[in-house]
Amino acid sequence: RSCLKSSPVLHKQNSSPQPPPAKYGGRHTVTLIPGDGIGPELLNHVRELFRFSCVPVDFEVVNVNSSVATEDDIHNAITAIRRNGVALKGNIETNHNMPPSHKSRNNLLRTSLDLFANMMHCQSLPGVQTRHKNIDIIIIRENTEGEYSSLEHESVSGVVESLKIITRYNSLRIADYAFRLAREKGRRRVTAVHKANIMKLADGLFLQCCKEVASGYPDIQFDSMIVDNTTMQLVSKPHQFDVMVMPNLYGNVVSNVCAGLVGGPGLVPGANYGTNYAVFETATRNTGKSIADKNIANPTAMLLASCLMLDHLRLHDYANMIRGAVLTTMNETRLHTADIGGQGTTSEVVQSVMKNIQSGGPLTTEQI
Amino acid sequence: MAGNAWRSTVSRVVGAMKSQASHPRTFSRGLQTVTLIPGDGIGPEISTAVMKIFEAAKAPIQWEERNVTAIKGPGGKWMIPTEAKDSMDKSKIGLKGPLKTPIAAGHPSMNLLLRKTFDLYANVRPCVSIEGYKTPYTDVDLVTIRENTEGEYSGIEHVIVDGVVQSIKLITEEASQRIAEYAFEYARNNQRASVTAVHKANIMRMSDGLFLRKCREVAENFKDIKFTEMYLDTVCLNMVQDPTQFDVLVMPNLYGDILSDLCAGLIGGLGVTPSGNIGANGVAIFESVHGTAPDIAGKDLANPTALLLSAVMMLRHMGLHGQAKKIETACFDTIRDKKVLTKDLGGNSKCSEFTGEICRRVQDME
Repeated sequence: RSCLKSSPVLHKQNSSPQPPPAKYGGRHTVTLIPGDGIGPELLNHVRELFRFSCVPVDFEVVNVNSSVATEDDIHNAITAIRRNGVALKGNIETNHNMPPSHKSRNNLLRTSLDLFANMMHCQSLPGVQTRHKNIDIIIIRENTEGEYSSLEHESVSGVVESLKIITRYNSLRIADYAFRLAREKGRRRVTAVHKANIMKLADGLFLQCCKEVASGYPDIQFDSMIVDNTTMQLVSKPHQFDVMVMPNLYGNVVSNVCAGLVGGPGLVPGANYGTNYAVFETATRNTGKSIADKNIANPTAMLLASCLMLDHLRLHDYANMIRGAVLTTMNETRLHTADIGGQGTTSEVVQSVMKNIQSGGPLTTEQI
Repeated sequence: MAGNAWRSTVSRVVGAMKSQASHPRTFSRGLQTVTLIPGDGIGPEISTAVMKIFEAAKAPIQWEERNVTAIKGPGGKWMIPTEAKDSMDKSKIGLKGPLKTPIAAGHPSMNLLLRKTFDLYANVRPCVSIEGYKTPYTDVDLVTIRENTEGEYSGIEHVIVDGVVQSIKLITEEASQRIAEYAFEYARNNQRASVTAVHKANIMRMSDGLFLRKCREVAENFKDIKFTEMYLDTVCLNMVQDPTQFDVLVMPNLYGDILSDLCAGLIGGLGVTPSGNIGANGVAIFESVHGTAPDIAGKDLANPTALLLSAVMMLRHMGLHGQAKKIETACFDTIRDKKVLTKDLGGNSKCSEFTGEICRRVQDME
């Protein structure tokens, strides 16, 4: 791959791939992976909300059992996503005490489907109290290589080597995605986050690829920042950042810091885009085991992720209707769940969203 | 005698030392010798400030100034000057200002050279909110302990084929054990309640798995300290929402680099954050981690707080807790008072005025 192509020219104009054609009766089929922890209950709420709002989406549910050693479940899920083209998922737990042969199911899904871009739009929500206000940062993270290559070996007893792989092809691809997205959304600056002063070859290659792509976008300002300085700046002056692009691990760190800045893991949706497939989930990918099945989890992130999915399927009216209802609900402090300082329950939040949809939007199942 | 108390403290605090035979101390009038490396840029002026404050506090420290530059030794290997190395080997304690790393000088960074020379395996950064220097985060009180010799910074990189680069992250049993032991010793000696190991073993199963295993093993010998493990991303997420839930954090090199700077950002930046490096054979070098600030060098505008707090950390390491508390209180009181502050802290006083104010407070405490 890296020898044949010098720059991955995606022949589609937009940054997100074309959704699959709608099936019979104008309804889409989307793969749904409940996952573990709070995943199943939140995705049930999404289904409930879609039914209520008459959204023309049918879900094909594929369960992935994270406790078994075989990889059949996750491969079934991957096949289903290949078939449908789009998925909505909860996080699948990875037991890190299992031997290295038991790979992270989430990672396997991302690499098999080549979902090379993880996009997270961090926006402060007006109704949520945070230390920093009016944050609006887009984080684009390379999603398939880097430190997540899962290539490790014990060369000598007691000495383990873990390989971080950076390739020109993937670096150019993610940089290109970042700049095209920035242009599409009218953003003015892209910052590459790296540690090239220490990892001169690996991050050096990444940075060089970003610079090359930047030269093709003279209307967008490009700069770079070292990752440790970036985190320091994020907690003191987050408003200096616009769009950020980075390799996998730094993306993990920076996206979690930013999610924390705008109010926590329950608020931010995330999207994973590949050339042919798209998978939507919460941005920080938490399983939430400790709060599972207690009706206290914050459904906002998952509901907003489902809106991202609807946008991807070009069902913009439904997306905006649900998103508007969710944001209106967020303004009511008494409905806030525990993670953002309130005492509301998950079902109360979902009920409120449905009420907002009913009073503002097109016909719902209740009115028919 | 101050010397005996100090020696027993060092052997407790530093933990597992390979060689029990250390050089016999030569004390003159009960003074401890400390190797001082002023550094570049604002280094000399902030070092002078610290020496003045220590003199005002009548701290029993005898400074031995040495300069550190990279010189080529026999065999073509880069090393630090022999006078500097000998002084440090004898005194075992060092205080260092910022050193500049010239680009394309042909030699590795000075900090890297020092780290390799003295095998400085642990980087310790206590992050405590400074009352009077407001940041959005109050009540921060945690310590990051970072493994400083291996991990992602081993510098082993290769170009596999054109356009594919691999960088090797090295985790060894020995280094993981050493850092875990230091972390628990530190927690015990400084009355900290818990140690949290930060890792990404869900993705890097073997390497971070090894690190985690070693931490768990060492935790068995320190039942009085609570041990928890947390994913790096969860730590970052929680750190910016509620930093008060963290106590002592121990982690490999890269995560430590990012997290320690994140925590420094919470309390106000590198200009007010102290740092200490612990090496094998009892060597400890305390330093300010900010840059050389060439644009304000020599203009009496620098803020000596970071170097001063690192020197306070050094006093605690040496067992001189009373002196440490006195100087630290004087510094914090000056900042809280807001009357004499350097420009970066929001005032418009000179470095010498700020230093003078702290000296005055220290003397008033006598």
